[in-house]
Amino acid sequence: MSIKMKNICKSFNGQQVLSDVSMSFSEGKITCIMGASGVGKTTLINILMGLWEADSGEITGINNKKISAVFQEDRLIEHWDAIKNILLVCSGNVTDEIVKKHLEDIGLVDYEGKPVRALSGGMRRRVAIVRAILSEYDILFMDEPFKGLDEKLKNQVVNYVRENTKGKTLIVITHDRDEVAMLGGELVYLNSRQ
Amino acid sequence: MEKWFKRAGLRLMVLCFWIIIWGVLSRIINQELFLPSPISVLTTIFEIGKNTTFWISIGNSFIRIILGFFLGLIIGAVLALISYKSKVVYELLSPLMKVIKATPVASFIILALVWISAVNLSVLIAFLMVLPVSYSNILQGLKSIDQKLLEMSRVFRINRWKRIRAIYFPTVLPFIISAISIGLGFSFKSGIAAEVIGRPVNSIGINLYESKLYLMTKELFAWTVVIILLSVLFEFIVMKVLPLIMKRGINHEH
Repeated sequence: MSIKMKNICKSFNGQQVLSDVSMSFSEGKITCIMGASGVGKTTLINILMGLWEADSGEITGINNKKISAVFQEDRLIEHWDAIKNILLVCSGNVTDEIVKKHLEDIGLVDYEGKPVRALSGGMRRRVAIVRAILSEYDILFMDEPFKGLDEKLKNQVVNYVRENTKGKTLIVITHDRDEVAMLGGELVYLNSRQ
Repeated sequence: MEKWFKRAGLRLMVLCFWIIIWGVLSRIINQELFLPSPISVLTTIFEIGKNTTFWISIGNSFIRIILGFFLGLIIGAVLALISYKSKVVYELLSPLMKVIKATPVASFIILALVWISAVNLSVLIAFLMVLPVSYSNILQGLKSIDQKLLEMSRVFRINRWKRIRAIYFPTVLPFIISAISIGLGFSFKSGIAAEVIGRPVNSIGINLYESKLYLMTKELFAWTVVIILLSVLFEFIVMKVLPLIMKRGINHEH
């Protein structure tokens, strides 16, 4: 069953951000959302995640689904280290060793014992990605997940994401066509008039 | 450790400096009735310390003030939490706390003497002085919690205990410490003031009052020094121990 949004409207302080947006996302597949800045992509996935309520419209196929996310900002516990941040959202069967293995796979080194506030932007981004992937989920939302990563690193991280999310529903916001190509997902555009 | 010794040494030097100033001033005035010397005050403390009622008075006053302090701290924290969750409660409590904060402590003491016995007066007064401090500090702490982190915890279905440990507690702790620090000073000052006016038997307050009444300036200074020491010592213990206990409790894996 796919996730469907029908005639979603949302405004903030009288300013319409989303107007009659209808979209569907295939289950078990990667869908990339593209659109100009300020068109409401983040608003759209925040509504899908249940963080914000739409003013009107209907969403089906997401009820009782476990969700996970890589937010636009990393939203990490700043004074905790990477492993502790990741374990916070994981079930009991995810061990330190599993987390370390994933961090290694995503190319993260020299992070142990350091609070995440001491890590670089790219390192923090990768911690946020591993956290999202190691949590239990049916649908993974990613809001510009590869932002701030250099080209070489981006390839490694995209491969990591593809390898570890096989068969899961992924909804990814991006500005970069190359990322869409690398992820190999479906592409939908969000227009300002939609 | 070396740093600690350096800091303690510096503080001791500052203390000695002011005691010397006090001694010099006392010498210049040369009237024990107006300003007794540090040595005669110290001697007086030892003298009154030989008396059992000295320790009973300290014990009575200390227990009542600390009881009021903890009641104010805990009830203030609970009310702050309810206000944080409910806008209605916040709107109801906000003016009340402002009134309590702005009312002179003497007005409360005189008014409260009509309602309750002199023995319980310092408990109530210390409670009233700490309550708005605890309430406003902890509420401010709760309001400063990063909403984006709370959203993250909702998305990842992080349970309540983990949420408290990871998000609420680290943000609110500095505000709790600030409430304890300000509240302790307030509770000792106001609690003793309540005792001076209410004059319950075997209390620090009544001893202060009698010292003033019979112009026993040395005793007045001696009791004041005892109150300061008591307040500073207790603040030191609470500020060191309480955050440690809270941190340990919260870091314990569940």
